[in-house]
Amino acid sequence: MRHGTRVYRRLVVAGFRRQSTYRLAALGGLVANTTFGFLKVALLLAAVRAADGSLEGYDVGAVAAYVWVSQAMLGSVNLMGRNDLAERIRTGDVVVDFLRPVDVQGAFVATEVGRSLFTFLPRGLPTFTIGALVVGVPLAGGVAPVLGVLSVLLAITVSATTVFLVGVVGLWLVETRGVQLFYMIVSGFFAGLYLPIWFFPDWLVVAASATPFPSMLMYPTDILSGRVDTTGALGHLAAQVGWLVVTLVAGQLLVRAGRRRLEVQGG
Amino acid sequence: MSAIIETHGLGRDFKVRDGLRRRTLVAVDDLTVRVEPGEAVGYIGANGAGKSTTIKMLTGILVPTRGEVHTCGLRPVPDRRQLARQVGVVFGQRTQLWWDLPVRESFRILAAIHALDAVEERARTDELVERLELAEFLGTPVRQLSLGQRMRAEVAAALLHSPRLVILDEPTIGLDVLSKQRLREFLVAERREHGTTLVLTTHDMGDVERLCDRILLVDRGSLVFEGTLTGLSATVGAERVVTVDLAEPLPDLVDVEATTHRGSEGGGLRQRLAFDPGATTAARVLAEVSRRAEVLDLTIEEPDVEDVVRRVYAARR
Repeated sequence: MRHGTRVYRRLVVAGFRRQSTYRLAALGGLVANTTFGFLKVALLLAAVRAADGSLEGYDVGAVAAYVWVSQAMLGSVNLMGRNDLAERIRTGDVVVDFLRPVDVQGAFVATEVGRSLFTFLPRGLPTFTIGALVVGVPLAGGVAPVLGVLSVLLAITVSATTVFLVGVVGLWLVETRGVQLFYMIVSGFFAGLYLPIWFFPDWLVVAASATPFPSMLMYPTDILSGRVDTTGALGHLAAQVGWLVVTLVAGQLLVRAGRRRLEVQGG
Repeated sequence: MSAIIETHGLGRDFKVRDGLRRRTLVAVDDLTVRVEPGEAVGYIGANGAGKSTTIKMLTGILVPTRGEVHTCGLRPVPDRRQLARQVGVVFGQRTQLWWDLPVRESFRILAAIHALDAVEERARTDELVERLELAEFLGTPVRQLSLGQRMRAEVAAALLHSPRLVILDEPTIGLDVLSKQRLREFLVAERREHGTTLVLTTHDMGDVERLCDRILLVDRGSLVFEGTLTGLSATVGAERVVTVDLAEPLPDLVDVEATTHRGSEGGGLRQRLAFDPGATTAARVLAEVSRRAEVLDLTIEEPDVEDVVRRVYAARR
């Protein structure tokens, strides 16, 4: 077990360091996250004011917190569906992953988590800081920040385990761009990227809750902004842990089923 | 002692789409081989003969369609992770290093993956860095390495955990003469000191000659020859040709021991002699010619593996 954690720790560090080599991309991401943050905050504030200061329980402060927390997390959770695994299956480089005495899913997830953690430095924290300075972001106090950080960590992990599923489908399809596109459309919508999912009609909230996507963005945002109380926060955390387990198990099963399908010819 | 690689009737098919129809391509068929610990075996054949597919079955990457395979006494697919600790593989066309990180960092990650303790990691890394002359680019990101540097780093990465079995798939492809030579010397030393079993696929006759005790030749997924290089050359009559430029013209050199005169130019100033590498050596031929006239220059044409393979294939069809 000690060996196990050492490997995955090392892989988290590897993902972190890999991401740190792409500084210009990080800067581009920061500019994009901040720009869209201002757009979103302007639109949503207008909507809240038009609704006499409160819309589905969101007031001005709650909207600002929602926008800047979610924009800050955006670089660290994968709502695009693009991932290394799909590419490695397509090119055959996945053979190298199978040559190592580690679990393929575990190695992928650890590397992705490392990458996400790094991204908070040049993208997440500055985006949040800019938003907080310009617009002002009221955050929840008490235990909420602790639970919120835990929820953010769970969010990036669930994002990695879910996107692994998109990649592993490549064992059947080889070309997974269609699946990635579908993931991109659905994930952003249900994660609460465009609007808080609580603005949706009830049936759509139920539909969103039946996917892992709110766990990647909406739930940590709710906890950090104080939209939910401690009980609500624990409920969100439980949902995140549940999705983590479901996606992990699904990934293991898919890899097992897909091993026979792996066809790497030549080289 | 049990075999390090043992297969019985091993085979793998691929489904290939051919227009609208799907057909089955037999990549490997009925392969039965045995490799003993400490051996160095050359696994050769034309492109598409099934070499890489076999390697992927031996290492548990691909699931065989039929037959049995044991590597290091383990079943490669179910025991994949256990097996990975005992095997090191270099795929000449793929990298196992972290593209965007310095070479040193890749070694650290691999050491963790293979559970080397700090002392082992240090000792083995130092050994490989020295032997493969990696020191000058340890801090360079992998994507900025030259091909020769990258291959050396790849070999080090595959051998970091001191595997019992090392499998090299086209390790010298694209390397210049000097880099090839250095890599071969390293592999010879590694084998001598650690008793490592070596299996390599290659198109380079020099690799086979300098590294391998035994050859397995495959054609269309089946084993067609098993034995030594000399035996293979004898079977197909693979010859090397020496071309010598002489200081003064000589009559056709038809009587040099164990050679066949292939032609003369410039009234006997340049002569071509063919010989069987199993029967004599280039040095002996040169010595014999030098006794008769001063040799100004010489070139040796080696039969490449393709040539030998082509002859074997031609003989079978």
